[in-house]
Amino acid sequence: MGHMEPVRGDDALSRRKFIVAGMSAAGGLALGVAFPGLANARPLTGAPWSNDALAIATEVNAWIVIDPDETITIRIPHSEMGQGAATSNPMIVAEELECDWAKIKGEFASPNRNVRENNVYKDQNTVGSRGVATSWQYLQQAGASARARLVQAAATRWNVSASECTAENGAVLHKATNRKFTYGQLAADAAKVKLDKEPAIKSPDQFKLIGKPLPRLDTPVKVNGEAKFGIDTKQPNMAYAAIISCPVVGGTLASVDESGLAGKRGIVKVVKLKDAVAVVADNTWRAMQGLEALKINWNYGPGANSDSDSMKTMYRETLTEPMIQVRKDGDTDPVFANAGKVIEARYEVPHLAHAPMEPMNATVHVQPDRLDVWIGTQNALGTLQQAAKASGMPQEQVYVHNAYLGGGFGRRSNNDEMVQAIAISKEIGRPVKLTWSREQDIRGDRYRPQAAAKFRAVLGPDGMPQAVEAKVAVGSINRSQGRPVDNGIEGQAVDGIVNSPYKIPNFYVGGQMKNTHLPVSFWRSVGGSQNCFFYESFIDELAHAAGKDAYQFRRAMVDRVDFVGVLEKLHEASNWEKKLPKGQGRGIAVAENHGSVVGTVAEVTVDNRDQVRVNRLVVAVDCYHVVNPKIIEAQMQSGAMFGLSAVLYGEMSVKAGQVQELNFDKYRVVRMAEAPQVEVYLVPSGGPKWGGIGECGTATIAPAVGNAIFSATGKRVRELPLKNVKISQLASL
Amino acid sequence: MAVTLKVNGQTHTLDIEPDMPLLWAIRDEIGLTGTKFGCGIAQCGACTVHIDGVAMRSCSIPASTAAGKNITTIEGLASADGKLHPVQAAWVAEDVPQCGYCQSGQIMAAAALLKEKPNPTDADIDGITNICRCGTYVRIRRAIHRAATTKA
Repeated sequence: MGHMEPVRGDDALSRRKFIVAGMSAAGGLALGVAFPGLANARPLTGAPWSNDALAIATEVNAWIVIDPDETITIRIPHSEMGQGAATSNPMIVAEELECDWAKIKGEFASPNRNVRENNVYKDQNTVGSRGVATSWQYLQQAGASARARLVQAAATRWNVSASECTAENGAVLHKATNRKFTYGQLAADAAKVKLDKEPAIKSPDQFKLIGKPLPRLDTPVKVNGEAKFGIDTKQPNMAYAAIISCPVVGGTLASVDESGLAGKRGIVKVVKLKDAVAVVADNTWRAMQGLEALKINWNYGPGANSDSDSMKTMYRETLTEPMIQVRKDGDTDPVFANAGKVIEARYEVPHLAHAPMEPMNATVHVQPDRLDVWIGTQNALGTLQQAAKASGMPQEQVYVHNAYLGGGFGRRSNNDEMVQAIAISKEIGRPVKLTWSREQDIRGDRYRPQAAAKFRAVLGPDGMPQAVEAKVAVGSINRSQGRPVDNGIEGQAVDGIVNSPYKIPNFYVGGQMKNTHLPVSFWRSVGGSQNCFFYESFIDELAHAAGKDAYQFRRAMVDRVDFVGVLEKLHEASNWEKKLPKGQGRGIAVAENHGSVVGTVAEVTVDNRDQVRVNRLVVAVDCYHVVNPKIIEAQMQSGAMFGLSAVLYGEMSVKAGQVQELNFDKYRVVRMAEAPQVEVYLVPSGGPKWGGIGECGTATIAPAVGNAIFSATGKRVRELPLKNVKISQLASL
Repeated sequence: MAVTLKVNGQTHTLDIEPDMPLLWAIRDEIGLTGTKFGCGIAQCGACTVHIDGVAMRSCSIPASTAAGKNITTIEGLASADGKLHPVQAAWVAEDVPQCGYCQSGQIMAAAALLKEKPNPTDADIDGITNICRCGTYVRIRRAIHRAATTKA
């Protein structure tokens, strides 16, 4: 597909022209742009989950409904958490359908139907940046299949061969006789057509819709309060619950003194769970107030013996233990044995919380013959299965109504809040909405693991690395979630180092996993979120030790087309060679993360009070194929801001086993005043693979910023977050 | 206790505690869910409404203190005939929202800023401290400038 123009928004007017021009090819006008005042445009409604019906009369197949008024509704299998699946999925289907994009509506595919109809919507787990990457083929196929059936339905009515008919812009034409049927007229017949063979799908060079910066389908309902999130659910006879779990994870509930509730209005019940206590009331605030009025005793358990110091010590000590080898190129041992100078460094990062804007919540109604769940989940099907297991109800009787998610970032595929809500609903015999407070959301999080890494390297006479040894110590996500670990080490523990593209003749990577009492899970970019900071910072140390430019040093070590494309675009777009004023610095980092190659150049200012200001981020990404460049740009900016919060402020400090940063006053995140300009360049190189976009934007932010700080000050940051680092007091290297 | 709130031009007489936060009176008692709960301690701004035209964080305001004032939520920002507020129109044109959860608060904060400063500088925009975990700040800034140009 070649190089694309940068998608930067400062030229709004020319981009608007591009959008309108682009849309005319598909026959419609982008409503949001062409008619900004059109409040009635609702391609996605406020409550976009389907009604769980099996095949309805106006379906052409399980993915596509065509109404007599020509409205086309496309079922979206993935969750919408801001990453744009609710727009990109329909774009891929519509690409094949040959329809009017202005007539497209979207609806979230029913996980219950997925269960009852032989997994028709396949894997709905919207994680790992895999949404588009794993579904583009069957989404294209669904659209192509529907198109072929519509064509056949028309051909049958005209008594001609399908090969004489064309599908264009929502109609089937028999040009030879100037006859036409619209899709709306054909839908019912099309549903009954049995094709002899399924049509081939388009190849990327044939795309007309995919690749266009179409406006998001959910924007209209996200600017006027209509978009419903799980937390907005209201059901008849619904009670409201608030909950607190043991402040030391792994502890249990000992006793509850409810006397503080006397005289409090609207209290329904106190529900005790093994490790938590909930108050049920007639609105959210009364439930939260009720919770605060309880006197709770906990058995804190062994986790209470941990604190930040003991946890840091554990990971440092783990680095000295035998490692499990995950990569060995050549042999590093003799090189180190004979080396004059060995460059060494140790890096460390803390646990991190997800903290999506919408705190975790679930509304649940346990009934004798069915279970309804209203929630925002990253995995509609998985949540249904988890609800069935937690309630003992057969899966066919569980209905999960998936709303818009107020942020996912990896947190919303483990529905701990739903399991609690099911227990509460059972105990009170009514529907209940359980809303976690922000404190509970962070207290009850499954964190990005804590980690440490130790590197050693020897440079050759030409200044390039002869040997690099990387050892990591990190919390195991698999073990934390009760999943098996093969050969003692899991992929995410070493991702970002083990898949290094650099041509280093002797390269060793080993890891060892240890867990604290804190649960750990997938956090945007996962292993890359710590390992890219570790590794790309150390590579930068080597460049400096060699007296070489940080870009040239890396460029000399890669020959992969995707890495070369990203590096060269960063070099050009960041104006890398231009000298910066004193006190300012520029840093670069590149990595492969979740199927794409990404890189960042950061420009920072470090003042004489050690305050770091990130002024500019330049991001380049090769995701091989582009569905919607506007959404990709947004995602890269999003990943950047998420990574920036982590590098500047993010940490879970622990005292007596308890996480201290429970709200945004202590768990600080980036706001407008700190948000830099983020320039995004797409350099898709095509080929058989479609890369992911949800996470890679975060992976190279921390090392780019750290490397920029070095460029500005000569001081190497080896520990995050920056708020704990007195840069001027670091040893000079 | 009877607390009378005028929200988006409609009067609601609620039988609630005077110290129930305005946020929860709006969401749970009146049933307008566009105003969101994000932190409960006025740190994030997801709960931003206008009280007599001034942007306020409703999670930290007792409902009773808002009685007798004109309260506007996101649902009341567009005009009665459905025409979007210039800030909402700019948000659509720039495709600002991602997950969308913080956006009601962002829009209310931006609308209040533009009322006070029809031509805000970037430094003025920096004064909006609403949190967005999706990081839409670059487009929020652009949309505010766009809305300022449109209004002018």
